[in-house]
Amino acid sequence: MKVSMTVNGKATERDVEPRMLLVHFLRDELGLTGANIGCDTTQCGSCTIHLNGTAVKSCTVLAVQADGTSITTIEGLAQNGNLHPMQQAFWDKHGLQCGFCTPGMIMAATKLAAGNPHLTDEEIRHGLEGNLCRCTGYENIVRAVKAGAQAMAGGD
Amino acid sequence: MGNYKGKSMKRVEDPRFIQGKGRYVANLSIPGMVHVAIKRSPYAHATINSVDTAAAAALPGVVAVYTGSDFSNVGGLPCGFTPPGIKTPAHPVVAVSKVRHVGDPVAVVVAENAYIAHDAVDLIEVDYTPLPAIVDAKGAMDTGAPLVHDDVPDNCSFHWPLGDKDATAQAIASADHVVEMELINQRLIPNAMEPRACVAQWDSFMENMTVWTTSQNPHTIRLLLGAFTLQIPEHKLRVISPDVGGGFGSKIFHYAEEVIVPWVARAVNRPAKWVSTRSEASITDAHGRDHVTHAKLGLKKDGTITGLYVTTWANMGAYLSTFAPLIPTALYITLLSGLYKIPVIFGETYGTMTNTVPVDAYRGAGRPEASYVLERLLDIAAQDLKMDPVELRRKNLIPPNEFPYQTPVALQYDSGNYPALFDKIEQLADYKGMRKEQEKARKDGRLVGVGFSSCIEASGPAPSAVAVGLGAGIGLFESGVIRVHPTGKVTVLTGSHAHGQGHETTFAQIVADELGVPMEDVEIIHGDTERTPYGVGTYGSRSAAIGGSALVKSAEKIRHKLTLLAAHLLEADPADIVYDQNSGKVHVKGAPDRAKAFGELSFALTTADKLPPGMEAGLEETSFYDPANFTFPNSAHVAQVEIDRDTGEVTIQKYAAVDDVGKVINPLIVEGQIVGGIVQGVGQALWEHGVYDENGQLLTATMLDYAMPRADRFPTIQVDRNETPSPHNPLGVKGAGEMGTIAGTTTIVSAVMDALAPLGIRHLEMPLTAEKIHNAIKAATSNGGGN
Amino acid sequence: MYPPKFDYYRADSVDEAVALMGQHGGKFIAGGHSLLPVMKMRLADPGVLIDIGRIDGLRGITRSGNSFRIGALTTHATVAAYDDRHFPDALKHAAGMIGDPQVRNRGTVGGNVAHADPASDLPTVFLALGATFHIAGANGARSVHAANFFTGLFETALAENEVLTAVEVPAEGIENGSAYAKLFNPASRYAMVGACANITVSLTGECTACSVAVGGLTPKATAAPSVGAALVGKQLTDDNIAAAAALVLNDLGGDVMGDIHASAEYRRQMAPVFVGRALTLAGHRAGWVARLQKNVKDVAGDVLEEIERRLRK
Repeated sequence: MKVSMTVNGKATERDVEPRMLLVHFLRDELGLTGANIGCDTTQCGSCTIHLNGTAVKSCTVLAVQADGTSITTIEGLAQNGNLHPMQQAFWDKHGLQCGFCTPGMIMAATKLAAGNPHLTDEEIRHGLEGNLCRCTGYENIVRAVKAGAQAMAGGD
Repeated sequence: MGNYKGKSMKRVEDPRFIQGKGRYVANLSIPGMVHVAIKRSPYAHATINSVDTAAAAALPGVVAVYTGSDFSNVGGLPCGFTPPGIKTPAHPVVAVSKVRHVGDPVAVVVAENAYIAHDAVDLIEVDYTPLPAIVDAKGAMDTGAPLVHDDVPDNCSFHWPLGDKDATAQAIASADHVVEMELINQRLIPNAMEPRACVAQWDSFMENMTVWTTSQNPHTIRLLLGAFTLQIPEHKLRVISPDVGGGFGSKIFHYAEEVIVPWVARAVNRPAKWVSTRSEASITDAHGRDHVTHAKLGLKKDGTITGLYVTTWANMGAYLSTFAPLIPTALYITLLSGLYKIPVIFGETYGTMTNTVPVDAYRGAGRPEASYVLERLLDIAAQDLKMDPVELRRKNLIPPNEFPYQTPVALQYDSGNYPALFDKIEQLADYKGMRKEQEKARKDGRLVGVGFSSCIEASGPAPSAVAVGLGAGIGLFESGVIRVHPTGKVTVLTGSHAHGQGHETTFAQIVADELGVPMEDVEIIHGDTERTPYGVGTYGSRSAAIGGSALVKSAEKIRHKLTLLAAHLLEADPADIVYDQNSGKVHVKGAPDRAKAFGELSFALTTADKLPPGMEAGLEETSFYDPANFTFPNSAHVAQVEIDRDTGEVTIQKYAAVDDVGKVINPLIVEGQIVGGIVQGVGQALWEHGVYDENGQLLTATMLDYAMPRADRFPTIQVDRNETPSPHNPLGVKGAGEMGTIAGTTTIVSAVMDALAPLGIRHLEMPLTAEKIHNAIKAATSNGGGN
Repeated sequence: MYPPKFDYYRADSVDEAVALMGQHGGKFIAGGHSLLPVMKMRLADPGVLIDIGRIDGLRGITRSGNSFRIGALTTHATVAAYDDRHFPDALKHAAGMIGDPQVRNRGTVGGNVAHADPASDLPTVFLALGATFHIAGANGARSVHAANFFTGLFETALAENEVLTAVEVPAEGIENGSAYAKLFNPASRYAMVGACANITVSLTGECTACSVAVGGLTPKATAAPSVGAALVGKQLTDDNIAAAAALVLNDLGGDVMGDIHASAEYRRQMAPVFVGRALTLAGHRAGWVARLQKNVKDVAGDVLEEIERRLRK
């Protein structure tokens, strides 16, 4: 079945099996391997992307369901070679270790922080309920999201 | 000295990760690649009568289907730690006649894509005769228990005793007070966020095999593939572990898929790929812990410890994984002395076979189990003797002036200042303030607990002679090459492997400081057997201490060569030459202007026209560093929890940690390791548990049922350090990777049990779930216990 | 992680959806957050999926008279963020406790209730709120009350070729209050116990109506009429609430379920705890007018006393 969508600002069209998951479409058809697959039960959040502007788990969306949508993946976050403030904050605050959960974390965090420049620790910790990290103990992720939220609002 | 060591440098590896450019094995795609999926046993124990692959093979898009007998030309998966007397049952890569745990491979499908491969797996019909299963570590040795392997009588693979049994029994018998208890250290599933994956490419012209695998130690995998399993000569084998998404031990071992995938690539002469799903990972990746322990601690009335006697049954699972027998023996019994002067210790472990996934090293590996036994005993002893648990511990600490300290269980501790460590944590956590707060809360009827634990770790497994003497199949040194290019840029090759630890940053800091060059001029290469010299890899918190030290040694050789060269060029005596490690300038003592820059000297070794007599051109040095001993990081952690009386749910209110990891190269990275470790350790205390039912079915095979720690369950964790440099390596460092995990578990258990102590509840087994706590509270209060 | 093969049809209208189902059978898919997870584990193999996710008019919340109509395709995130002081608090908060933010962005109210997972949150809430389920089918439209909608474990009153179009819940007046309390499964975040209370409180602080339901324990969300009956006519004191909450055990029946996370016995024991929490919170929300009245009287009483005192002086 033919599907077309705008991915990271670029129009794409592919012929896929209806059962193909969006995450496989992005990784295997488009070569966008930033969204990782860490579980098979919609738990870990490593595959989080933005679909029509909201954070979703791309492992639990069929590519055919995303037909006609606009998608942003971690690869599309930096603009003109400049890191997104949330990417920068994860780097600055050591918000990652092995890096596997990081794309999903950052994609979830950018939506959590949008319009919320002064997130509390508690809001961040609850806001990341859909993202698992086995390395960092979350502490530096919380710091990163806090800093990233401020930077997104233009402060620092 | 130097510009970088001791500083929180931002990680150089991060730009690729934060932009989704991590080079994980699952991201690899090679034109013409086939996909492998594996049919696995749904039974814990069964005889295979027949495997019908016809329907699978007929499915369009299926390239080939193989069963166990097709793999007759590969060797079984070996065990790399074999103490004397051990029985090592055969471990076929694909089961032929019998399956021994849920997840045992039975058949292999090769298809054009992963979807078809999984469709075909569902079409394979296997006829089994189910057999009775055994899952319990201790029960496996009971009379009449189902036998997992015919050649392992009583399901006992090994018995490993250490220490003076009679003297210890005597000390316990004559003690004023004895704490005796059964403890279960439950089975855990490592769950690194990246599931394992393997890609292989066969070059049929050159007969070379390249294997990309999610491994913490690609050289070890190449050695085992070459010498034991695949039996392709090592020089024709290249193993690459690119970016690896966490390991925590589970990616040390040689797994069946690492044999199956290259075997398939050669058989079908196309690149082949296998990526584990999470549920598959749960039934194939080696699990951790799973001990049943009987322990006795003898004390004098005043709290002085007189002896410790420990017997443990360690579940090995269905087969002996690569290093499995090492964990509950030489990394467990030897750690039972903790931070304390204990006159006599006897420990023994029975390694038992069961119908479960093999158990091997998982973050901490043996050391958390030892610490858990000791710290639980001490908490209960303090309760019994009506002492503050910290005071009881303080009374028994090894004094700072007794290092190096020889324990009764083989190890010799390098350095430490335990009283200072205790002072620091009491201050950081405001331990006394917490106790006051607790007193007040208790008066209000609230269940608030304060937990304390102090832990030791033996990190940086080494030296080789000792390891091999104990039964290790390989030495445990590490390699490090420094290659200086003509323009003075530096490539560093290390046998260590990073899968989250940040070696590309830490090692660059070390080398930049050792040579006096900017960090951005140094690149660290790891994880490719064709680019780096043979090395051992990363586990047991060994990389900085051993891999880092190898680089220090190579840098010393570089400096020595450049000093001789500069002396020659500056017409001075080498003894008068100073190598300035801040600037990389090599100059005449007292005359900083009579100098050669690092780049000038490296280029001089390229033109090679003005070298001193006998000096070879080029600038590249290699070292293989084998330390004299482990290093012994130590820690003291404090936590405060509150229990919801109605539900039994635990809330962690405060957590503070002081760790001694020796000298610190990058505080940012070390803190990240400590905090990450704590949260993982707390996971064991409160939620995580790999649960088997009595038929050997794993009930926690997905993240819907295996409870991983989440962000919202934790407060901010405070960390500080108590630095005592290790004399066992030139950097003075100790391992930092596992301390948090060891202490995190014991500290939270201590806090929860402290909260429940007024109710007369002595001990509950981990994980301390809401239900378990609720039931204990209910039982205690309905018995009229407590206050 | 790899769903089995299926044929896929996309419906642009409810009528088309019903017609496609009549023609091909299979399953409807909306957000897919109940169905795809089981298909990925190959625990479901429907053969045909009819995508109703794009049907206009099934999305969003509208107020009509004294009720809110929640389109079946409305996401949990939309419900959780819905800003109207008459919208039931229990529903808003329960929607915010489902899964995690990403799941709530994609999962739909209709998909959730049609799946009828016993550990799900919304069935419990809809039952306590007395929601009405609007259904379209080949034989036209019909409406089913919540009490008759959830029929068993993963079973509802929906026939195979029927589409749930909306769920309607009563608006809350100033005398109403509702709340949802949940014991989370530590791994999946589903409800091990979920309790919803929907209370009406008179101007004198007396409970005049009370509807309670629990989920997570039994094969389907279960109403607890004993609790409501015990509370009606009484003040919402801690003791009265505790005594009423304890009666939930009378309504649970014999088929309380248990698993490795929480045994049946533990769930039974937790039911009164979470019913009590929901009642307390709902009562607090409902009783604010009564409290205000009392406070005004208290404050005014003081003032009157003071005036009197000064006059006497």
